[in-house]
Amino acid sequence: MLDGRGAIRRRAGARLWLSGGWLLLLVTVALFAPLVAPQDPLAQDLMSGRLPPFWSAQAEPGFWLGTDSLGRDVLSRVIWGARVALTVACIAGPLTALIGGALGLIAGFYRGWADRIISRLVDIWMAFPPVLFSILLIAVLGTGLTSIILAIVVIDWTRFARVVRAEAMNQGAMDYVAAAQVAGFSRLRTMTAEILPNVLPTLVALLSLEMGIAVIVEAILSFVNLSLSTDAPTWGGMIAEGRTSIHQAWWVLAFPLVALFLTVLSFSQFGEGLKDRFDPVLR
Amino acid sequence: MDDARPLIEVENLRLSLPDLAGKPLIGPAPKLEILKGLSFAIPRGAVLGIVGGSGSGKSTLGRALIRLLEPSGGAIRFDGQDITHLPEADLRPLRRRMQMIFQDPLSSLNPRRRVGGIIGGPLRLHGFDAIDRRVDEALDHVGLPRSFRSRYPHELSGGQRQRVGIARAIALRPDFILADEIVSGLDVSSQAQVLNLLEGLVADLGLTLAFISHDLSVIRRLCRNVLVLHRGEIVEHAPTAQVFAAPRAAYTRELLDAIPLPDPDQPWG
Amino acid sequence: MSALLDIRNLSVALKGGPRLLRSVSLSVAAGEVRGLVGESGAGKSMIGKALLGILPRSVEVVEGQILLDGDDLLGLPPAERRRRIGQRAALIPQDPLTALNPAHRVGPQITDRLVDILGWPRARAEARALDLLAEVHIPDPGRVMKSYPHELSGGMRQRILIASAFAAEPALIVADEPTTALDVTVQKQILRLIAEMQARHHTALLFVTHDLGVVSKVCQTLSVLYAGKVVEETTVRDFFRAPGHPYSAALLAATPKYTDPDGSLTPVPEAVIAAVRAEVEAAETEWQHGRR
Ligand SMILES: Nc1ncnc2c1ncn2[C@@H]1O[C@H](COP(=O)(O)OP(=O)(O)OP(=O)(O)O)[C@@H](O)[C@H]1O
Ligand SMILES: Nc1ncnc2c1ncn2[C@@H]1O[C@H](COP(=O)(O)OP(=O)(O)OP(=O)(O)O)[C@@H](O)[C@H]1O
Ligand SMILES: [Mg+2]
Ligand SMILES: [Mg+2]
Repeated sequence: MLDGRGAIRRRAGARLWLSGGWLLLLVTVALFAPLVAPQDPLAQDLMSGRLPPFWSAQAEPGFWLGTDSLGRDVLSRVIWGARVALTVACIAGPLTALIGGALGLIAGFYRGWADRIISRLVDIWMAFPPVLFSILLIAVLGTGLTSIILAIVVIDWTRFARVVRAEAMNQGAMDYVAAAQVAGFSRLRTMTAEILPNVLPTLVALLSLEMGIAVIVEAILSFVNLSLSTDAPTWGGMIAEGRTSIHQAWWVLAFPLVALFLTVLSFSQFGEGLKDRFDPVLR
Repeated sequence: MDDARPLIEVENLRLSLPDLAGKPLIGPAPKLEILKGLSFAIPRGAVLGIVGGSGSGKSTLGRALIRLLEPSGGAIRFDGQDITHLPEADLRPLRRRMQMIFQDPLSSLNPRRRVGGIIGGPLRLHGFDAIDRRVDEALDHVGLPRSFRSRYPHELSGGQRQRVGIARAIALRPDFILADEIVSGLDVSSQAQVLNLLEGLVADLGLTLAFISHDLSVIRRLCRNVLVLHRGEIVEHAPTAQVFAAPRAAYTRELLDAIPLPDPDQPWG
Repeated sequence: MSALLDIRNLSVALKGGPRLLRSVSLSVAAGEVRGLVGESGAGKSMIGKALLGILPRSVEVVEGQILLDGDDLLGLPPAERRRRIGQRAALIPQDPLTALNPAHRVGPQITDRLVDILGWPRARAEARALDLLAEVHIPDPGRVMKSYPHELSGGMRQRILIASAFAAEPALIVADEPTTALDVTVQKQILRLIAEMQARHHTALLFVTHDLGVVSKVCQTLSVLYAGKVVEETTVRDFFRAPGHPYSAALLAATPKYTDPDGSLTPVPEAVIAAVRAEVEAAETEWQHGRR
């Protein structure tokens, strides 16, 4: 229990740089997609359908990662797909963290009736199966980016609320909270300036996981065709399409899948890396 | 103001806390009475020693005195004002004047705040000027180098942390300090320095001190009166000299007998 | 006979910074209780942390060996080292409240280690925990097992950590100021318990304390530390009869005794401090020369 505590030594550097590097690359190409993408992601050309990637003999210049069955450039679609994925991750993640984190912090610090209301709400919320819940939500809200983001926030805030509440309660048992009270600090100030910095590492780790989850959720919803219009380039949509022609053109499935995998992994590793690097207590 | 009046008056103080270990599956936890009707007073500028067995309620009494806990019965008056059930907002103006130094040093310091902020934060809140100078002075007083301002609590040794807690309390120039077991983690030299500091504050600034300690040699040196607590009740409250010369309660005698003298040849029970 | 624990020339430093431990050597034989005293910040806890492999990340071992059962821990692969330490040694940490997890009840915090690391059946671990809590004189152990750490008094928390260290009957216990929150009567009972364990299981202890009274009662040998350097290593008898170093002598002289009402509460004299500081600095310069 006590003895293994400090023995967990992790190498912060490599993980932070690798994951950060991938995310930075992704953000850059997403931002400058119109400039970076070699082709129009929507342009179809049935004559040059299912072209293999560049290292193959049948590859054609300009279609680095090949084309899909409609002749659309895979690389360009992955790049434009990153736009959608990152938009969802960067809006849904922080929004979820903000709402769930704030409610969890209030419940865990103030306890009493605030805690009772929030905890009850979380319990009720978690009684719904999340996939059904999201499909129901999209059905009501209609498809589109906003709906996806809303669905993620509405479903996932409970995760933040629960973890942050527990952590805030643990911190509340520490005497430094009593010391802040003795010093005369207000409750609100104690919560934001004393407890929050100590909950923050947990929150950041959770947020980075959540951003990865958001990317996956977006992919799943696109996969089942509940996201953007079928045409629009999304990783999930590409994976769905690629699945149908996996024997003829594996690359249509593989590249968006790899991008998805790397991105989800990078988000979680980046969060851990940040914590390792910047948390004074771990240094 | 009436100077003859004790700074702290406690009358029939009772305190119960919910006992989570005994909580039934449904329904509220049963109450556990921890302080069972204590009455005493601490005159201005006096030093009261509080001793007693482990779990006898000393820290709980301390937390009640500075109103971190709300008593369930009786009354506490601070400087004539009844603070027994005062809501937190009304206590805030009094906070600077009554300070506590906690028993567990690491837990009482915010792990993600530097020493400078830990000592300076409360000063800023209460509108002190020249915060930096005051922080430096406080560190000087407790014998820590000024460079420690930029350290985090986990970068200090146990005794150094304890002294940061002491510095935080004295920097506010309070009228009353409750010191909960503050010297047991210090070497004799630092101990002497802290005790001399506190004695100086008592003598020069009229500080009133309640000093919880297991170390009877320290109590004997510092306190004029001693209060012996046993299972939430006062079993003895008398001038220090009298307690040491002729302990009335059996429990006090037991305490005296159990002190290990620094001498390998002294027989010890 | 080789010692159970043998620390040789151990130096520990802030990464890229000054040394916190300066070529420390000390050994503890099976069944021996070695006291470790010295001013606050001298590096007593750091020795314990280095030996248990829980140094803070900003601190590293720059030289030396830590032999446990004759094998150099620093040379072992991390997993093997953790396993060895987990099986042979235990720590009673200096900060009772922070060492306990506030989110869990006390009972599992004692028993989990027995179950997870030593593979005991849960029922046996629980029975053992209850026995030990009774042995450290905690009233109503059953209730305490079900309590959360913040519901317990400082002394009770400390005794829980003592019980939890003793639970697995380790060969070596690093006790870092284990009785600071205990009143003298309980302290006496705990020190008795230690003596008993020592007799029964041949447990060895590295006993960090500021209380020379306690040293005189439980320790057989003593190391005096100043600014990360061992300035004296001696037996307890010799220490109290004739301290071998001026700093030790001053420490002994400054210790208050309750029997003496106007007892000295004078710090260690400036002159002694200056002398020992100069001695440490000289050694430091010499060491740095040796490194180059
Ligand atoms: N929050 C709480 N909930 C329930 N019981 C509590 C709580 N805090 C303290 N107690 C109980 O109150 C009793 C007195 O505790 P307190 O901390 O006041 O003792 P103490 O005299 O300071 O002891 P020590 O010298 O060991 O620090 C103990 O039995 C403890 O278990
Ligand atoms: N993470 C850290 N970074 C920098 N300095 C540190 C760190 N941890 C400890 N120190 C310093 O190392 C020195 C030794 O600390 P250690 O905790 O071993 O002291 P100690 O002898 O146990 O003292 P005490 O009796 O007060 O507990 C102290 O001066 C402390 O300030
Ligand atoms: Mg206490
Ligand atoms: Mg220490």
